[in-house]
Amino acid sequence: MTTHAPQAAQAVTLPTTLDEAVAALTAVPTAVPVAGGTDLMAAVNSGQLRPAALVGLNRISEIRGWQYQDGHALLGAGLTHARMGRPDFAALIPALAAAARAAGPPHIRNAGTLGGNIATAAPTGDALPVLAALEATLIIAGPGGARREIPVSHLLAGMEMLRGGELIGYVRVPLLHAPQVFLKATGRTGPGRAVASVALVLDPARRGVRCAVGAIAPMPLRPLEAEHWVAQLIDWDNNRAIVPEALHAFGEYVAAACIPDPVPAEDGSVTPLPPAVLHLRRTVAALARRALGRALS
Amino acid sequence: MSNEAATATTGVPTAAEAATAPEQIPHGLGSSLPPADARAKTEGTFPYAADLWAEGLLWAAVLRSPHPHARIRSIDTTHAREMPGVRAVVTHEDVPGTPLYGRGRADRPVFASEVVRHHGEPIAAVAADHPDTARMAAAAVIVEYDVLDPVTDPEQAFEAEPLHPDGNLVRHIPLRHGDPEAVGEVIVEGLYRIGRQDPAPIGAEAGLAVPRPDGGVELYTASTDPHADRDTLAACYGLEPERVKVVVTGVPGATADREDQGFQLPLGLLALKTGCPVKLTATREESFLGHAHRHPTLLRYRHHADAEGRLVKVEAQILLDAGAYADTSSDALAAAVAFACGPYVVPNAFIEGWAVRTNNPPSGHVRGEGAMQVCAAYEAQMDKLAKKLGLDPAELRLRNVMATGDVLPTGQTVTCPAPVAELLQAVRDFPLPALPKDTPEEEWLLPGGPEGAGEPGAVRRGVGYGIGMVHMLGAEGADEVSTATVKIQDGVATVLCAAVETGQGFSTLARQIVQETLGIDEVHVAPVDTDQPPAGAGCRGRHTWVSGGAVERAAKMVRTQLLQPLAHKFGMSTELLQITDGKITSYDGVLSTTVTEAMDGKELWATAQCRPHPTEPLDESGQGDAFVGMAFCAIRAVVDVDIELGSVRVVELAVAQDVGRVLNPAQLAARIEAGVTQGVGIALTENLRTPRGLIRHPDLTGYALPTALDAPDIRIVKLVEERDVVAPFGAKAVSAVPVVASPAAIASAVRAATGRPVNRLPIRPQAAVVTEQR
Repeated sequence: MTTHAPQAAQAVTLPTTLDEAVAALTAVPTAVPVAGGTDLMAAVNSGQLRPAALVGLNRISEIRGWQYQDGHALLGAGLTHARMGRPDFAALIPALAAAARAAGPPHIRNAGTLGGNIATAAPTGDALPVLAALEATLIIAGPGGARREIPVSHLLAGMEMLRGGELIGYVRVPLLHAPQVFLKATGRTGPGRAVASVALVLDPARRGVRCAVGAIAPMPLRPLEAEHWVAQLIDWDNNRAIVPEALHAFGEYVAAACIPDPVPAEDGSVTPLPPAVLHLRRTVAALARRALGRALS
Repeated sequence: MSNEAATATTGVPTAAEAATAPEQIPHGLGSSLPPADARAKTEGTFPYAADLWAEGLLWAAVLRSPHPHARIRSIDTTHAREMPGVRAVVTHEDVPGTPLYGRGRADRPVFASEVVRHHGEPIAAVAADHPDTARMAAAAVIVEYDVLDPVTDPEQAFEAEPLHPDGNLVRHIPLRHGDPEAVGEVIVEGLYRIGRQDPAPIGAEAGLAVPRPDGGVELYTASTDPHADRDTLAACYGLEPERVKVVVTGVPGATADREDQGFQLPLGLLALKTGCPVKLTATREESFLGHAHRHPTLLRYRHHADAEGRLVKVEAQILLDAGAYADTSSDALAAAVAFACGPYVVPNAFIEGWAVRTNNPPSGHVRGEGAMQVCAAYEAQMDKLAKKLGLDPAELRLRNVMATGDVLPTGQTVTCPAPVAELLQAVRDFPLPALPKDTPEEEWLLPGGPEGAGEPGAVRRGVGYGIGMVHMLGAEGADEVSTATVKIQDGVATVLCAAVETGQGFSTLARQIVQETLGIDEVHVAPVDTDQPPAGAGCRGRHTWVSGGAVERAAKMVRTQLLQPLAHKFGMSTELLQITDGKITSYDGVLSTTVTEAMDGKELWATAQCRPHPTEPLDESGQGDAFVGMAFCAIRAVVDVDIELGSVRVVELAVAQDVGRVLNPAQLAARIEAGVTQGVGIALTENLRTPRGLIRHPDLTGYALPTALDAPDIRIVKLVEERDVVAPFGAKAVSAVPVVASPAAIASAVRAATGRPVNRLPIRPQAAVVTEQR
């Protein structure tokens, strides 16, 4: 027995292709797409959201797997965290697999999807810093079979929005064939929301390091200067060696970039950061240092 | 009780075992008899209050204050009443009886009338034909508020505008014991803060109210103190107690006063008003807003000791935040002040305790209240003292522990067994868990979890100790009494007792007692309602003591009734006859008959009461024999701390406990494990944050309870069975004292690992970080 309203008049469509789903959304503009429902149904159950109609995305088999396309992987938006956490996927994109495994308790990982993580765009979304570090792009399906491609960071920053009837179809991620790390600090040993997270990927072909810090701001932050600086210090031809001091300095660099020192007031006085913020900064520094150390070890 | 018996915790036989070997089912005292409802609860078929249904029922919703402190200018229910499907809207104007209620002190309105004093205070309630209609109608009640500044800092409550006509102070106990001029050679000081734990019962509050033809009402709800709740309800409804009946349903988790009366009162009122059955199921958010929490506490301590580490004097100030209403804060304060020095011999003690009302969410009974907060503080002081004297923390504690015959700072002599030294030695001498380097083949679970950021190089291990004590039963002259009835008919025994099975195992214990006394294996425990005589609240281990004692007496009376005719016939006393496996035999084996034959189709009934020896209130200097008995527990915690991130994982908790007598080993182990785990929550994650009096994140994502990964290995290394002669069966309460000791032990271990002071619970990551400067 439930105390929730029986959703009697509610229409539920279960399309089997991406274009059918787009058509269903276009036909009923008030309809809400639902994949894993781990965020959406919580909002429905608490009465914050009463969708007039639902378009279920779980039967669209084309977005529940992945394919390869000129050095990239085209990940279906319906990939669940559980699927991404498995070893075969981890061999392809290790950081995304690590983020998927850390994303919550098993029942959440079994339902929650990659596309849902992007669409919800919660600051603590674990896949988001990884996608930002990978500079992933989204393939958006629109009415009439239209497809357009936007960088994931543009959507997260609000520079571009999903238009009516549009759905995230695929996530295009480069295959870098190099170590990647995702690290997350939480308040407890069991599954929990990230206090701060760091994704770090190596791009040996371009001799680059790319890093993103999650959970401390509304969207993942990229410390670009720190990335460029540390990439020059890595001996790419000699087993990617680096002096240990550089790891330390990288951590501090990333932390200071993401949580800057307060600007001095006009009279030159500086209000120190509150202890909790200082701790967050130390946490980011430790995570970034550990992430780079593990990627290069 | 040995180690192996204590760790044999799987008392529930599998279906296959039960089918092939029925004679193997344990019975009687000391056996691990499984609970009768274990299977139904495991399979999810056990009905709780949220599963109840009645023909034509209405759904209730409660409108709660969004402000922590405001004056109500007007309440307009017109729109809500006009909504289709709405059957009744009630406010303070509709309360027919006394408008105020409260445990100990009636300071709490059924519905707020002129002022709201905390976030979530009930203002109105609606009954409608659909739960969503009820919620929408509650939202449509228009309340105009003049928002007032909330008093959220208990230290400011003394000076602040009074929130109640009788001021903000609930109680002040200035305990004076010994020589105020005494000074020790070594002095340590500390300031400690304990956060606000929520009991977070796993099943949220729910209930069904059914109107009676006589104008009364019946409430089906998971009350843990049905008679007290009934009396409150009747007074507020202006009815005689006989016309209000509380029927206790399955209790889905209770580590506190289970049902907030803020749920029950509107529910019954709506049933009376509409003449229809009314059901209310609280959402998780309402549950957090409605029920009482553990007292947030501020403690300031100064310990004096001589050069050998023997305590000379303890000075302390203890401030309990009672929240908006007094509730049981007076009892919590008494426990906090009386146990402020812990289970240590302290010749001179000067403790000032206050409980004050603020605009924070109300605090109330959560197991180990008062004792838990002071334990975290006095154990931190013992660690500081050990550090200052260069002594081993366990050795320092051993030099000070109390034993039977020592005197509490309240002047009460500890007459019950107090094997504190034995407990501490047991946990100290238990082998430490292996370090990961010793067992590299095992996966090492680092702080931060299996996919976390933990790095072995940054992890430090620490070992710490906590010794807790609680009192059992109500204190300070509370009349603790329970009545039970035992009946046998056709070889089946039934127990009627209004002691509520809250998960503490009372109904299993009652079956064991009857099996032991009457030799009948099939024993049923009747459901509880207020038509039975009162048995009191289910807290502080009182049902094992008073209700268990009453059941035993009733069973013995039935035994005498059963055996008297036989004994008379054979010219021997009933003591010379024994009942085993449904057969009555005499000591010499001459007589042998079955219980069924002896019964001869009769029905035998007996009712008995148990009332422990009386106690007295603490006087104006905090002196008095206030407690019936005490229980003790020593815990050694082993933690791993990531000293860069400040993340903590409790690796192992070794527990030694003073239990009096083991009545059901499996249940006992389960109670200790549950209590210890609740303590892990207090130590690390559980803190209901209320900035400016507003509850933030009232959900189980924001309020982090320990998960299976957070729960450590719990080793019950010793159960000391020194029978308490005044307690029935010699058994002591077991559930509360592990909650008291484990947060202190964990904090002590984090202190050892990091060298940081750790004076706040839950331990924040920044308090467990070791920065480069050190």
